[in-house]
Amino acid sequence: MSTDTVKHAESTPDTEQPWAELGLKDDEYARIREILGRRPTDAELAMYSVMWSEHCSYKSSKVHWHYWKENTTEEMRAKMLAGIGENAGVVDIGDGWAVTFKVESHNHPSYVEPYQGAATGVGGIVRDIIAMGARPLAVMDPLRFGAADHPDTKRVLPGVVAGIGGYGNCLGLPNIGGEVVFDSTYQGNPLVNAMCIGAMRTEDLHLAHASGVGNKVMLFGARTGLDGIGGVSVLASETFSGDESGTGRKKLPSVQVGDPFTEKVLIECCLELFLEGIVVGIQDLGGAGLSCATSELASAGDGGMRVELDRVPLRAEGMTPAEILSSESQERMCAVVKPEDVEAFLRVCRKWDVIATEIGEVTDGENLVITWHGETVVDVPPRTVAHEGPEYHRPFARPTEQDVLQSATPDLLPRPSTSDELRETVMTMISSPNLASREWVTQQYDRYVRGGTVLSQPCDSGMIRIDESTGRGVAAATDCNGRFVKLDPYTGTQLALAEAYRNVATGGATPLAVTNCLNFGSPEDPGVMWQFEQAVKGLAEGCRELGIPVTGGNVSFYNQTGDTAILPTPVVGVLGTIDDVRRRIPTGIGNEAGESLILLGETREEFGGSEWAHVVHRHLGGTPPKVDLAREKLLADILVAGSRDGMISAAHDLSEGGLAQTIVEMALIGQTGARLVLDPDMDPFTQLFSESAGRVLIAVPRSEELRFTELCSARGLPWRKTGVVVPEMDALEIQDVATFPLAELRTAWEGTLPALFD
Amino acid sequence: MTAKVGVITFPGTLDDVDAARAVRYADVEAVSLWHGDHDLSGVDAVVVPGGFSYGDYLRAGAIARFAPVMGSVIDAARKGMPVLGICNGFQVLCEAGLLPGALVRNHKLHFVCRDQWLRVENTQTAWTTRYEPGAEILVPVKNGEGAYMADEPTLDALDGEGRVVFRYVGGNPNGSRRDIAGISDPTGRIVGLMPHPEHAIDALTGPSDDGLGMFLSALDALQGAPA
Repeated sequence: MSTDTVKHAESTPDTEQPWAELGLKDDEYARIREILGRRPTDAELAMYSVMWSEHCSYKSSKVHWHYWKENTTEEMRAKMLAGIGENAGVVDIGDGWAVTFKVESHNHPSYVEPYQGAATGVGGIVRDIIAMGARPLAVMDPLRFGAADHPDTKRVLPGVVAGIGGYGNCLGLPNIGGEVVFDSTYQGNPLVNAMCIGAMRTEDLHLAHASGVGNKVMLFGARTGLDGIGGVSVLASETFSGDESGTGRKKLPSVQVGDPFTEKVLIECCLELFLEGIVVGIQDLGGAGLSCATSELASAGDGGMRVELDRVPLRAEGMTPAEILSSESQERMCAVVKPEDVEAFLRVCRKWDVIATEIGEVTDGENLVITWHGETVVDVPPRTVAHEGPEYHRPFARPTEQDVLQSATPDLLPRPSTSDELRETVMTMISSPNLASREWVTQQYDRYVRGGTVLSQPCDSGMIRIDESTGRGVAAATDCNGRFVKLDPYTGTQLALAEAYRNVATGGATPLAVTNCLNFGSPEDPGVMWQFEQAVKGLAEGCRELGIPVTGGNVSFYNQTGDTAILPTPVVGVLGTIDDVRRRIPTGIGNEAGESLILLGETREEFGGSEWAHVVHRHLGGTPPKVDLAREKLLADILVAGSRDGMISAAHDLSEGGLAQTIVEMALIGQTGARLVLDPDMDPFTQLFSESAGRVLIAVPRSEELRFTELCSARGLPWRKTGVVVPEMDALEIQDVATFPLAELRTAWEGTLPALFD
Repeated sequence: MTAKVGVITFPGTLDDVDAARAVRYADVEAVSLWHGDHDLSGVDAVVVPGGFSYGDYLRAGAIARFAPVMGSVIDAARKGMPVLGICNGFQVLCEAGLLPGALVRNHKLHFVCRDQWLRVENTQTAWTTRYEPGAEILVPVKNGEGAYMADEPTLDALDGEGRVVFRYVGGNPNGSRRDIAGISDPTGRIVGLMPHPEHAIDALTGPSDDGLGMFLSALDALQGAPA
């Protein structure tokens, strides 16, 4: 067998190449030939095909990125130390601290192999955060599954949860929140998104740049194997036809296998390297492995790089250059180091027993040149691989069914009206899979490690302390109601933004920046592309109105089974900061003697896409609740002011399930009774179950009640005293409707997921 | 002389920063000990913290017990130095033969992280003198392999000699025999437990500050205060 070198490619221009099997279109293959002025080698074809894939190149989505640019003002940009295009966005939170955060999807692997798919999703996002020079501090996991009672959900969910726990717990990163949502559209396509937050001193920010001629390229971490090669195995069978029985040719599953111990050691090793100041540039090896890392490092630096691929430590025999370049073996990083620092670099790696190898150097040329035992197998302009991939202008159009969907309003659905019916509805709702306690999931995650967690599930947001001397901390929340997005992608995405923003403020933190993970169906469907375009526009314009920048994001397309796409799910993550985490607002009531319950915001009759319509009537139609971002901003301002001045003793946002769900959770989490007094001028059903946005239920110590409500009135925020906390009562009383013993509520709320998954 | 408590870091140790913080909260100097070193840096006591030492892919603690630093810890412990093993540290002390029995996979086979009530059954050990006899304390438990197992004669001996230091109350989270959460050696200087007192030193970040008493007890033991 011979290696397909550049020289060989030049002399054999007519060799048939399996570009279509690798997912390239004929015009894309033609463009590669045009760029190179010859046919690509096998290794080059492998690089272009993975880097020009939808996952790596964003070729269907980037045509809509102008919305981000148009809607980011100078003031918003000023908060960002790094933005879209870097491994993760970075914002300045004050006191010399910078925080980085990002969400990524690992949807398809997690359906095929739930444990490893989810585990390596955590591993990948954590490496993105390290690649910014930050210490990873916490993870969160927005998850979507098929119907809770479907037999396959019982395969997927426990595997995903165990994978996230198995990997994340072993890294020593607290898991501080996320989402678990069930809907049958996710049956064949669960969503496993993973978010990581990290922090660093602002001067320690590292970017993925390979600058400085003569600097060395160091590959460190795990060995490179045949796992996760996916489509590129086509090349192997082409090149080695008739050799299937040979050693090392065994095809491994295309889902990678994670080794969290290696990652934990790699984290500590990287942090020590940063501390010693010997890293010029760094990049993690994730999707597309070395292809991605070398081309991105070179492209973002001075351009030229030479790599000796035969120096890469391998764990399988007989791997071809194409396989080495596209392997997605986990727990690997690539760094650029000055020649005089190589010895120090190797010393730190030895301390942590991390394998480190010098594989090349930065050159003054313009190309990324990769050799294999002395022969050139890749000679490409790195920008054409990493940053100048194809861009599609896919057609998009509002589907005609959208009108049918919106006109099927929930207005005529039978509603509960008697006390008995309302009581039964409360019990049905709190025990339904989307509203029941998530404890079965979250108790498999370590939320305590590192000792900085001050809020975590079941709170609205997760919050961690960054600086022990000052108490400065950050909070984060992720949200998306896919039904709202389905009914109206523009408004639905703004509702996701509003909810994540509100959840951060509900804990007492000031919202600062936004990330996203846009999960959609096939971009080849104009209706899906319209949902996507509307979502991006809605999010970008919403962020502008709130004055917080989008610092980065991730797109996952092709989330569909046959012709049926998932509910469009643009998960929005909001990051906030708080001066002193001791002023965080807890979720449960009963923290102070004598608390009043006050509902902030306005309740309207809004049931389109509501949990009630879904649970009770299996209905999805109408329009989602109205969104008013100016109001959300005012609400957040008041919550933050209330936390700063110690006027709020508990707070919980109103979302799926409405007021009934919120007060039940506040009582159960606080293990304290309460009496709710409804407005006599509005029907109880609407008050209890409407999902109007912009609302938070708070507990206020009686001594602060007047001061707080005067603040609300003066600022023009609608409020209504809705009840009192009654510590001596082990029940929730909804006056004139029903009384619920806390024990009965707890059994219903906590029993659902264990009954389904134990 | 101010007391110094060493906190060991193996590759894969996770709760070392927390253990060191808890030691400092008790006004004791925390000294970081590296797995590859033999030298204990003159510390007066050692905490073997939680985590997944060397990945724990084989059996929790099975590799860590052979680390160079553990040789020194075992020698010092046999001469009476107070040693506390928390979670993975407890597993390491059992593997090292300093404590009897073993920790096996939780009965429901899941990792469990929750706030757990414990009863302090022995307030005479080097790590528990600050507690009232029978006190109930709330600390986090978080592990995948936390079910304490030993043969019946060993369990009888532990019970009979007052060497069950902590017992789970209000529900056994992992299937431990006789609800055992923590035990001691016959001298009461070496204690191991699965729950995490170092995560319960401040109600801001933990469910309570009930765990701090263990580190304050060690301070008393080191300063020779009457127990």
